[in-house]
Amino acid sequence: MNWSSWLLWGFLATIVLTTISAGTQGLGLTRMNFPYMLGSILTPDRDRAKLYGFWVHVAAGLVFSLIYVWIFQSMGRAGWWRGALIGVCHGIFVLVVIMSLLPGVHPRMASERHGPEAHNLLEPPGFLALHYGIQTPLSILLSHAVFGAILGAFYRLA
Amino acid sequence: MLTIASVIPKIKDYAVIGDSRAAALVSRSGSLDWLCWPRFDSTAIFSALLDPEKGGHWSITPTSPCRFERQYIWNTNVLETRFICGSAQAVLTDLMPVVSEQFKRSAIMADHELVRRVICTEGEIEVRVEFRPRAAYGEESVKLRDHGKLGLRFESLGGVYWLRCNRPLRVESDRVQGIINLKRGETLEFSLSYAEESPAVLPALGERVNSAIDRSVEWWQQWAARSNYQGPYREMVTRSALALKLLAYAPSGAVTAAATTSLPERIGDTLNWDYRYCWLRDASLTIRALVGLGYMDEAESFMTWLLHATRLTQPELRVMYDVFGGIAPRERELNFLSGYFGSRPVRIGNGARHQLQLDIYGEVIEGTAQFANIHGSLDRATQKVLIGLGKHVATHWDSPDEGIWEPRGRRENHTHSRLMCWTALDRLLALCDKGLLDGAPREEFLRERERIRRQIETRAWNEKLQSYVSTLDGDGIDATLLRIPWYGLEDAASNRMKLTYRRICEHLGTGDGLLYRYARQPAEGAFGICGFWAVEYLALGGGTLREAHGLFDRLLSYGNDLGLFAEEIDPATGDALGNFPQAFTHVGLISAALTLEEKEKGEPHPAEETGANTKSVGGGLRV
Repeated sequence: MNWSSWLLWGFLATIVLTTISAGTQGLGLTRMNFPYMLGSILTPDRDRAKLYGFWVHVAAGLVFSLIYVWIFQSMGRAGWWRGALIGVCHGIFVLVVIMSLLPGVHPRMASERHGPEAHNLLEPPGFLALHYGIQTPLSILLSHAVFGAILGAFYRLA
Repeated sequence: MLTIASVIPKIKDYAVIGDSRAAALVSRSGSLDWLCWPRFDSTAIFSALLDPEKGGHWSITPTSPCRFERQYIWNTNVLETRFICGSAQAVLTDLMPVVSEQFKRSAIMADHELVRRVICTEGEIEVRVEFRPRAAYGEESVKLRDHGKLGLRFESLGGVYWLRCNRPLRVESDRVQGIINLKRGETLEFSLSYAEESPAVLPALGERVNSAIDRSVEWWQQWAARSNYQGPYREMVTRSALALKLLAYAPSGAVTAAATTSLPERIGDTLNWDYRYCWLRDASLTIRALVGLGYMDEAESFMTWLLHATRLTQPELRVMYDVFGGIAPRERELNFLSGYFGSRPVRIGNGARHQLQLDIYGEVIEGTAQFANIHGSLDRATQKVLIGLGKHVATHWDSPDEGIWEPRGRRENHTHSRLMCWTALDRLLALCDKGLLDGAPREEFLRERERIRRQIETRAWNEKLQSYVSTLDGDGIDATLLRIPWYGLEDAASNRMKLTYRRICEHLGTGDGLLYRYARQPAEGAFGICGFWAVEYLALGGGTLREAHGLFDRLLSYGNDLGLFAEEIDPATGDALGNFPQAFTHVGLISAALTLEEKEKGEPHPAEETGANTKSVGGGLRV
C-alpha cells in the first residue's frame, strides 16, 4: 500500500466529491447535502452541522478510499475507468443501502413511519434518496464516479 | 327505489380519521369510502366517494333499519358511530392507531394500520360487512387470498394489504362479505394493514385492538391538551386543530390542503380538483394557527419544510408541492370514475402547479417572521433563503399573475398579490430592524415596498365603486380585499376599508354571514375561509367585537355535526362543497378565534409584531 499516495489522492478525491455534491445542490438538481446530514448527527445547529459534517465527510472519504486502493492493489492495477466503475458501485451502495438505513441510525432524521408526533427532524431520503429531488441519484452516481476516477487515475500502486 | 341521492352520502356526512401520514373518510352509516395509503396523495384503495360502483368501499352497517349517531371520542380523531336499532345498540369505532415514537421503539408495529371495532352495547344486533377494495382508484380489481388464521392478503402497486378479523367471513375473489350477529358485549374486530417492505407485520386482534384504541385516545387527548387557547370557542378550535394535525404529514412537516380529490365545488360540474398537496398560500395562516395555539413543534416542522423542501425551485416558489417538496404531479383525468354525484372529470395531480402566484412569497415570509418573532433567531441558511425570496419579490412584484384563486385563464395584476408582495418586503425589513436578517439589501426592499404601497393606494382603489378592487384599475371585488388590514397595509377602521367591506357584503354576501370568494356565474358555493376573514376584519376594527362574535357564531353552524368544514358551503342548503376536510377553512376558523381572543384581551395582532410599517390592527402607524 502506498500510504502517502492514498492520503493525498483520497483527500483530494473527497474534496472534489464534496464540491460536485455542493455544486449539484447549488444548481438545483438535488436538495441532498451529505455533510449536513452527517453533521446533524452531532448537532442540531444547521450552520455548525455543515461544518462538522464536512470534516466527518472528509474522514469517511478517506476510509472509503482505503477500500478503493485496496482493490487496486489486489488487482495489481488502477486506472481512471476502474476507479469510476468502483465509484458507481459505491454510489449505488450509498443510494440503496446507506439511504435506507439512515433514518434508523440518525438521531435527528424522521422515518416514513414517523408520526403523528412533530419534531423538527430531517426528512427521510426515501428509496434512492428521491425525496431530495428526482435527480439526486444522478448527482450521487456522478460524484462517486468522479471520486473513483480520480483515485484510479492518480493513485500510485505500491 | 334506490336513488343516487339515497346511495351517496352528502360531503358533510363524512368523518375523517388518520395518523398524520394518510387519511380515510367514513360515512355516517359506517362505510369507509376513501383511503389512500401510504400517504395522502397515494392511489386510493377505497374510492366509492367518487364512484359508488367502481370505487371500492368497506361498509359495516346494521341489517335492520336504524338510526346513526356519531362523534369523535372527546378531543381525539377516534370516531365512534352508534347504531341504534330499536332496543339494540352497537358502537363502531374507527381509527388509524397512533402512538408515541418512544412506544414505537419498544414494539413491533404495522407500518400503516386501520382498526374498525364493533361492540354490541344493548340487545342483539346483526351487521352486514362488505369489504371490497379496488386498486388504482377503482380501475383494477384485487385478488384476495385467504390465509386462514393469518387473515386475507392482497397486493397492489408493490404494497401488501392484510385484513384480519375475529369472525369468519365469506371470501370471494375480489371481496369479503358477511352477516354477523352480535349479542350484548360481543365484538367484531378488523385490522387492515399495509406494508411496502416484507415481511409485513400482522397486527393482533383481541386485547391488542382495545389497547391500540386506548393508546390512540390517550395520544390525541394529550396532544389536544397542549393547546393554549382558552377562549369561548374551545371545542370548535380544538376540532379544527385536530383536523389540521391529521392533514399534516409528520415525516416531513408538510401540511396538505385536504384529504380528498375531486369533491366538487358545484355538484355535477367540472370544478373538481386534487387537493392532496401542500399549497403555500396556506402558509402564514397555518403558522399563525399553530403558533397561536402553542403547537410550536408543528409550526417549526412546517416552517422548515416551507423553507427547505421547496429549495429546488428557489428563489422561485411553486403554488403547491408534494409532501416531500417535489412539484405536484401533472393533472390527469380518471374518466372511468363517474365522480361525486356525477361531477366529472375526477382529476389527480394538479394543473395549477405551474401557475404564477406572487402572493405565496408573502405567505411564506410572513409565516417565517411570525415564527422568528417568537424564536428570536434565524440560522444563516434560513436568512439566506429569506433574502433570496425577498430579492425575487423586489424584482418581480410588478408582474401579472394567476393570483390566489387560481383561475385557469389569463394573468392579471391582482391586488392581493401586490398586498402579499408588500407584506413580504415589510416583514423582511422588520427582521432586518430586529437584527435577525444580516446582509439583506435593505434600501432596495424599502424602495420597492413603498412603490407597492403607492400602487395599491392609487390603482387598486376604484373611485367610482368607492372600494378597493381585485385587480389594478379594475372593477371586480373579491374577498381577499378583507386581508388588507390583517397584514397591516391599511387600518381596518379606515374609511376606504369600511367602504370596501360594504361593497364586499353587497357583491359577495349570501345574506347569512357567508361570502363568495368572487362574483361568478353560475355561482359556486360560498367560500368557507372568506367568512372567517370577515370576522377578523370586524374584530380588527372594521366593526365591533360583538358583531365579530355574532358572525363567527353563525359561521360555526355551517360545520358538520363533527365540526368539520369543506372548502365551500352551499348557501341554499348549508351543505358542504369541495374537498373535505379542508385545512384552509380550519386555519381560517382558528385564526379568527385567536384574533377575537387577542382583541378581547387587548393583546397585539401578529402583524403588529411581525411588521415594520403596519397600520392595521388596532390603530396607529408603527414605524
